[in-house]
Amino acid sequence: MKAFFTVRNIVIGALLGFLALLPLYVVVTGQFFPLTLFTRIVILALAATSLNLILGYGGMVSFGHAAYLGLGGYVVGILAKEGMTSGFVQWPLAIAASALFGVTVGALCLRTRGVYFIMITLAFAQMIYYVAVGLDRYGGDDGLTIYRRSEFAGLVDLSGNVQFYYLCLALLIAAIWLVSRLVNSRFGIVIRGSRSNDRRMQAIGFPTFRYRLACFVMAGMMCGLAGALLANHTDFISPAVMHWTRSGDLIVMIVLGGMGSLFGPLIGAVTLLTLEEGLSRVTEYWQIIVGPLLLFIVVYARGGIDGALAGLHRG
Amino acid sequence: MADPLLQVRDLTKRFGGVLACDCICLEVPAGELHAIIGPNGAGKSTLISQLAGEINPDAGRISFDGRDITRIPSHRRSALGLARSFQITSLFLDFTVLDNVALAVQAHAGHSFRFWRPARSDVKLHGPALAALARVGLESRAHVVCANLSHGEHRQLEIAMALATAPRMFLLDEPMAGLGPDESARMIALLRELKREQTILLIEHDMDAVFRLADRITVLVDGRVIASGKPDAIRSDEAVRQAYLGTKKAGQHRSPRFDAIES
Amino acid sequence: MRDEVILLIEQCLNGLQFGLLLFLLAAGLTLVFGIMDLVNLAHGSFYMLGAYFAATFAALTGSFVLGGVLALAATLVVGMAAELIAIRKLYGRDHLDHVLGTFGLILFFNELVRLVWGPAGMNLPLPPYLGGAIEILPGVYYPAYRIAVIAAALMIALLLYLVVMRTRVGMLIRAGASNREMVGALGINVQLLYTFVFGAGAALAGLAGLIQAPILTAHIGMGENILIVALVVIIIGGVGSIRGAFMAAIFVGIVDTVGRAFLPDLFRLVMTPAAASTLAPALSSMLIYVVMAIVLVVRPQGLFPVDGK
Repeated sequence: MKAFFTVRNIVIGALLGFLALLPLYVVVTGQFFPLTLFTRIVILALAATSLNLILGYGGMVSFGHAAYLGLGGYVVGILAKEGMTSGFVQWPLAIAASALFGVTVGALCLRTRGVYFIMITLAFAQMIYYVAVGLDRYGGDDGLTIYRRSEFAGLVDLSGNVQFYYLCLALLIAAIWLVSRLVNSRFGIVIRGSRSNDRRMQAIGFPTFRYRLACFVMAGMMCGLAGALLANHTDFISPAVMHWTRSGDLIVMIVLGGMGSLFGPLIGAVTLLTLEEGLSRVTEYWQIIVGPLLLFIVVYARGGIDGALAGLHRG
Repeated sequence: MADPLLQVRDLTKRFGGVLACDCICLEVPAGELHAIIGPNGAGKSTLISQLAGEINPDAGRISFDGRDITRIPSHRRSALGLARSFQITSLFLDFTVLDNVALAVQAHAGHSFRFWRPARSDVKLHGPALAALARVGLESRAHVVCANLSHGEHRQLEIAMALATAPRMFLLDEPMAGLGPDESARMIALLRELKREQTILLIEHDMDAVFRLADRITVLVDGRVIASGKPDAIRSDEAVRQAYLGTKKAGQHRSPRFDAIES
Repeated sequence: MRDEVILLIEQCLNGLQFGLLLFLLAAGLTLVFGIMDLVNLAHGSFYMLGAYFAATFAALTGSFVLGGVLALAATLVVGMAAELIAIRKLYGRDHLDHVLGTFGLILFFNELVRLVWGPAGMNLPLPPYLGGAIEILPGVYYPAYRIAVIAAALMIALLLYLVVMRTRVGMLIRAGASNREMVGALGINVQLLYTFVFGAGAALAGLAGLIQAPILTAHIGMGENILIVALVVIIIGGVGSIRGAFMAAIFVGIVDTVGRAFLPDLFRLVMTPAAASTLAPALSSMLIYVVMAIVLVVRPQGLFPVDGK
């Protein structure tokens, strides 16, 4: 019987508790900045969770995942500009657009492996970036302001910051839960087996391509939703959201937090973004620390924070 | 007389200038244990890769159970009943022993687009998996992570995974590779037991095992079949003796000299 | 001569110049990947450093050429230092580690540049003897600097070809690309070879950067965008192949430049001007990626792959 009250579980529980209670603190103290920061963190944690599905569990190192943030965001932004502000139309379309991009790019990329896969996902994501830059009508390089947030016929008011935060948090928890069911299901075992030894998977009879493609598309759809949330959060969308270096940020979150673990992406997002916030108050040049820190983690601490916490329990 | 289960006709494969397989012909009737032997570089691995569907032959035809499988991808061949074990251990090292075999069972239990129920607690998967493990004698190690097994246990697991797919025919690629004397004896006993109900194509260097188990033997040298027939016939075949005595390899682990067999 | 033809000639020359620049970048990238099996995302950082060094040294010495030479040397040194300190820790690891580690280097270099040179970019003015235009054909004027760039890049491509194909060092490089263990067994110091190759790759990237500096100005993050195009080039050409990098670079350079110039006009032939001006810029950006996609489907190993690896 595995112990429930491990250090790692306690830390995760505390984190979740903190996230759930944050708005109370904000309302009481009147300081809204933490809410803005943590809404962003929660949304990016959702994006990172979606990437972890294919990267951490599936071994598919996609360097173009931020493209879905942009796709989701632009669908919301473009529809809003053209007069369609109903979330019931925008959000499903954002997810559908992500699915379409995912299946097209996935079908091309998943035939390759290793570094080729990385390079090709990178290239296709950058392609979408340039397409967005070229869309003069929708702001091009300068981006597009979103004047009205997605509307849900009164069910939930996204312009209320606390409501919006809780919606994002709920979606994040739902996503983590979904991922947990997925990776332990038969489908998930195929994905994980494919990461472990794809050649053997095929030899025992799995047509792994179709499963990996399906997983790739699912991850894209989840991230597209995150993109719709992000656009609403910042009331703005620009190509910068999907520059390939943003994909890199997502990967950093996952590795920092712990690849292939359920809460790793959340831990990573919280850690990275609060670290950035904190460090940037100390020095303008905080990225000089993050760079070598990343290198250090890669070389010496691959299990990330989650791995370190789990290691504590094993003693 | 029924068609042979596996039929290979004029199988040819070239890599650049090297002719790895030269018009190989082979027939394995159902229920037979057919061994393929030959010195290093004879083309045995290339042959098995083509049979398993990992490489496409340049020419020739492979039929299995009356069906032309020459261009069929490897995962479909497994579905058709052709199970393969690997010479260099190719397992799911980060999974447990039971998970490994359960995966093999799952591969043949319909599609895996099931997203909800946990696979690990699925009796339909680990029931047959445990049965396969029991047959090879690994059931006590079911929950050990695969990376922590000994080499001999890895070889047993390879067989268990092939068994779990309920195949019509086994392609075993050097199952004895790297085994010590006790483990070899165990493996030979296992193969002898398997042979009673299965059709097996066995690639091996271990002559002891080959001559004890095989119903018929084919000898490959430089990509060509130089002899094929019953063990006694092969033992006394002049071309075969030439090939082996002429290409003595000191590093040939565990394989007794050829003439030690004839006694 | 007719305006459209003149424009076409200009754009083809621009495309050739861009292609040669891409070749300089792609050559370094593909060398490092082919020999050390390392995907270096920070390759674009050396491109940026080359531009900054050139601007600084040219201002300090007052000479464009001297500034360029010093910049090249400085980038070579930085490249080798990076290899010794950071890159060599990544050899033999899986590609995700390479990508993460070199991504960390990008962040580091970007901030370092901001620390040393400040957030604004740096200009590198052209010397008078390189400014102005030359009449290459009756009525057709082309900037002298771009002609100089084309000439210089072609010479370097030739030099690279000679070094890799005809010298002992080049033989080692090619041997290393196809058999690392053998090179080590020959008693050659593989570590030293790697440091040198990595430094040379960085220098090539720096050269591309300093060449672009007068046209684009040196600015932070300039490497990240062009790195992707260089990756597209080596995917199309075949990873690890210098010849492939050359062919693909020229091809990509011309397709991209000519495509961007003429696609809007082509679109206007078949659709309304409004639709054309919306779609054309976006789609012309996609052009080279579409080509890459086609190559991936038809010939995934690239158009000029390295044999037997």
